[in-house]
Amino acid sequence: MKIDIARLLQKKRSQILENWMTNQLADAGLREDLMSNDDLREQSDELLTNFLNIISDKNIGDSQSSDFEPVYEILSGISMSRARQGYSPRETGVYVFSLKDALLRTLQTELKDDPGAMIEAVLKINRLMDSMGIITFETFIKGREEVILRQTDEITEISTPVIRVWDGILALPIIGTLDSARTQVVMESLLQEIVESGSTIAILDISGVPAVDSLVAQHLIKTVAATRLMGAECIISGIRPEIAQTVVHLGIDLSNIVTKASLASALRYAYSLLRLEVKKVQNKHLL
Amino acid sequence: MDRIPILRMGKFLLVTIQIDLYDRLATNLETDLVQMVSKTGARGVLIDISALSIVDSFMGRILGNIGSMSKIMDAETVVVGMQPAVAITLIELGLELKGVHTALNVEKGMELLTTKIGSYEDEELEEDEISPE
Amino acid sequence: MLIEKEQDVVPFRNRVKEHAVKIGMSLLNQTKLITAASELVRNMLKYAGGGVAIIEVISQGRDNGIRLIFQDQGPGIKDIPQAMKDGFSTGKSLGLGLPGTKRLVSEFDIKSKEGEGTTVTIIKWKNG
Repeated sequence: MKIDIARLLQKKRSQILENWMTNQLADAGLREDLMSNDDLREQSDELLTNFLNIISDKNIGDSQSSDFEPVYEILSGISMSRARQGYSPRETGVYVFSLKDALLRTLQTELKDDPGAMIEAVLKINRLMDSMGIITFETFIKGREEVILRQTDEITEISTPVIRVWDGILALPIIGTLDSARTQVVMESLLQEIVESGSTIAILDISGVPAVDSLVAQHLIKTVAATRLMGAECIISGIRPEIAQTVVHLGIDLSNIVTKASLASALRYAYSLLRLEVKKVQNKHLL
Repeated sequence: MDRIPILRMGKFLLVTIQIDLYDRLATNLETDLVQMVSKTGARGVLIDISALSIVDSFMGRILGNIGSMSKIMDAETVVVGMQPAVAITLIELGLELKGVHTALNVEKGMELLTTKIGSYEDEELEEDEISPE
Repeated sequence: MLIEKEQDVVPFRNRVKEHAVKIGMSLLNQTKLITAASELVRNMLKYAGGGVAIIEVISQGRDNGIRLIFQDQGPGIKDIPQAMKDGFSTGKSLGLGLPGTKRLVSEFDIKSKEGEGTTVTIIKWKNG
C-alpha cells in the first residue's frame, strides 16, 4: 500500500505546528526581544499552512517544482526581515531546521509500522527541507548585503560635508582614503555647492587623509582642475610633513596647485584673495 | 543659416550659447567671433555656456581656439557658467581649456574682464605718462 | 540609428539622454555617457563618413546600464594600442578621443580591421 505523505501531514497540521513551536521555544537562542511569541506563532503558522496546502503526492519528491514558489517567497520574506532585524544566521537556521525536526517526528510516529515507507518519506521531506534551508540562507545573506549597501551609501554621503566658511569661501575636509569613487562624490558635491553658493574659493583640507600616493594626488589635481574650469580657485590645505615627503619622493608635481600647511593659513590666503582683512577689535564699545 | 548671435557691450563681446551646437554652428561661431573682435576692437570676449549640457573634445577645442585667437588679437576670453557635470567630464576626458579664463557666472566674468583689462590700461597709461619725459 | 551627417549628432545625443534618464542615471554619469557617445559619433563621421549607432538598455544583477554600439565601414584602425594612447591622432585633433572616452565609461571595447571598418562598444552602468 502506498501512503500519501502529503495528506498524512496535512491531517496532522496542528500537531506539527505545536511541535515546531515547542522546538523553537526550547532553543536557548530564542529572541523574544525581537519578536513576541504570538507573532512568531502567526508567522510559523502562515508558512506551514502554505507549505502543507501546496505539497501533494506529485511534487513532494521534487524540490525544484514551481509549485513551491509561493512557499519559497514567504520564506525569503521572513529570512530577509530577520536579516534586517539583526537575527544571527544561527537563529534563522534554527527556525527552518526545527520545522524539519517537527515534520520528521510526525512521520516517525505515524509510519512506525511501515519502516520502508517511513524511510522513503523521511528522505523526501529531508530533501525538501534542505532546499528550504538553502533558500533561507541565501536570502538571509542577501538581506545583510542590502543593509551593508545602504550603510555604504550613507557613509559616502556623510563623509563629504561642504562647509561655507565665509561668504564666497567653501571648505571641504576629506577624511579617510581618497579613491576614484570617493573623488567623484567629493568633486560633485563641491562643484554643486560652488554653483549654489556662488563661491569663488574652495579649500580642500586633506589632514584627514592617511596617505597620499600618486593616484590620490592625481585625484586631487583633477578636482582642482575641475574647480578652475568652473571659475573658482582651489586651495589644498592640511599637508602634513609625511605627506610632503612622499609627494616629493614620488615625484608628483603639485606646483600648479596652491597648497597650504594648515586650514588657517589657507583661510588667510583666501581672505587676501578676496581682499578681506581680519582685525583685532580695539574699541571697547563694540563689545 | 543658423548663427549664434554675438552682442557687443562697450569693450566686450557677449555670446550666450543656448542650444547644443552641432559642428558647423560651432566653427561658424569661431570665425564670426574672431572677425567681430577685429572689427570692433573688443578687449574682452565673454562666452556663457550655462545652457550647454555637453562639452565634448570638439567643442572644448573650439573654446580653446577662440581663447588663443582672441589672445593674439589682444582680447581676453572668459568662459562662464560651466555645469559641474560638464567640468568633471572635461577633466576626465583630459581637457583643461588652457588659454581661457573661467568664471562662475556672467556677473563674475564681467568683473574678471574689467579687472584684467583695467590693469592693462593702467599700465599703458603709466607708460604714456612716462614716455614724454 | 543611422549617422550620416553632422546634424545627426545632436538628435542622437538626445536619444541617448532619453534612455539614460529612463533608467534613472545620475546627471554626472549621463553627461559622461553622452560626451563619450558624442566623441565616438564624431570619430565615425570624420574617419568613416558615417555608420550605425545602436542604443540598448541592459541589466546585470541589480545594476542597470546603457550599451552603445558604433559600427562603421571605414578604413579601420591600424594600431589599436597606439590609438588608445593619450595624444595620438591621425587627424588634426587633440588625440584625446579614444583614451578620453574610455575614461568616461564603465566598459570599453574596440574591434577593427584595416579596410573593413571599426566597431566600438561602450557600457555605462547606472552607478558606475
